[in-house]
Amino acid sequence: MRASRKVGIVGWGVYVPKWRIKSEELARGWGRDWNRYAAGIMVEEKSVPGIDEDTFTIAYEASINALKRARIDASKLRAVYVGTESKPYAVKTTATMLIDALGAGGEGRLTTGADYEFACKAGTEAIQSILGLIGSGMIDYGLAVGADTAQGAPGDALEYTASAGGAAYILGPADKSVAVIEASLSHVTDTPDFWRRQHERYPAHTRAFTGEPAYFKHIMTAAKELMALMGTTPEDYDYAIFHQPNGKFPLRVGTRLGFTPDKIKPGLITPYIGNTYSGSALVGLAAVLDQAKPGQKILVVSFGSGAGSDAFHIEVKEGIGEVQELAPKTMDYVSRKEYVDYTTYARYRRMIRMLHDFSAY
Amino acid sequence: MWAYWQSVPAHWRELPARYRLEGGRCKDCGHKTLPEEGVCPVCGSRNIERVALPRRGRVINYSVIWNAPRGYEYYTPYVVALIELEDGTRVFSQLTDVHPEEVKEGMEVEMVIRKTRVSGESGLIAYSYKFRPVLG
Repeated sequence: MRASRKVGIVGWGVYVPKWRIKSEELARGWGRDWNRYAAGIMVEEKSVPGIDEDTFTIAYEASINALKRARIDASKLRAVYVGTESKPYAVKTTATMLIDALGAGGEGRLTTGADYEFACKAGTEAIQSILGLIGSGMIDYGLAVGADTAQGAPGDALEYTASAGGAAYILGPADKSVAVIEASLSHVTDTPDFWRRQHERYPAHTRAFTGEPAYFKHIMTAAKELMALMGTTPEDYDYAIFHQPNGKFPLRVGTRLGFTPDKIKPGLITPYIGNTYSGSALVGLAAVLDQAKPGQKILVVSFGSGAGSDAFHIEVKEGIGEVQELAPKTMDYVSRKEYVDYTTYARYRRMIRMLHDFSAY
Repeated sequence: MWAYWQSVPAHWRELPARYRLEGGRCKDCGHKTLPEEGVCPVCGSRNIERVALPRRGRVINYSVIWNAPRGYEYYTPYVVALIELEDGTRVFSQLTDVHPEEVKEGMEVEMVIRKTRVSGESGLIAYSYKFRPVLG
């Protein structure tokens, strides 16, 4: 898909909570030997949201960082979409809080706002929508956020990866951008590899079925179709970012498509912070933009269970160097960390009922 | 948490302060407050305008809360601090992302938005400014 008016990234920002838990500690909690799983998951530690953090607070700080790089006033934002599968409220849009906290849409708050849900690709779906609004000339600037405090049931394999964090992207006209989205493409089918039913706290997944027919099929289809549209090959790209449910899948899907690991690793952040779900590919893209140089080409392909992929062909423009230092970088947040044990993790994630939950207290 | 509900309109009225650190500035004597007050506590003027306050400051003094009011118990032990912002305005706030034993007078802090109070499983989630040690 190509907009009639070219659209690009004006600013980007990331947030990752400071708390971490080591995979070894998670395994210990369930009497398991992490060494048996390490090679299959390739995530050594994951971020844990503080007890006072959630998708809104993560989205807020990522958005503030994006605004610093965009060097525009929040009043110019006319679309604010938050992609997440861990909404603070089942019904009350996270975007409403974000719009008011940022002052989007000016004093009159004249902006559209919504939450998007498409498992791990809700954030890139938000980008697709804003691409259309700016590309058609309806608005000039919009904010798309992918953020999650991801759920993984205690004791489940997902517990090793489900983490917290997010990334925010301010999109605008290409001539105001530091990276232009030359084209995008989406591929969606009914593939039930992972879901969470209404009122359930944790998702269910179909183990090996989440691989071939879901993750690999959708990412490869979207990537190949986009490269066909653009007339490009893997050699044309300097960086490739794929959704990162673990440390292994992105390297495997990239290699299959023909990308060398050195093009994938700069945007591969999951091994250090876990899978931030809606933030996953977008945090990876932010890590690449933090270091990208004018003229470089980037391929981004997200994946959301259920299932689908969004693919983007991005070209970095002059001026990116001026904004890279204007806000904390992805690796600043990745390296800011303090480890917690399983008990603290369970308390921060509200996985256990606490003293104050009991009416007799 | 048992059944109690915080006042939703009271929280909503304070959103400019809680989300955007917007306080009041006395147009007669220049004194600033957070949240905005109807009457200047220094000179008694009612000539108040709304201003955005700086988001950085330093800890003047602090206290560790072990026995919290209802709705705040989950966050104990937490630190409440008197903070002097870069423009000299003094605000009272919780600190976050920091252990009580790490807090020092003079510590440089910056504003973030965090959950402050949650009304059980079905009530309002109240968010507000808190301050954390500056990044980096």
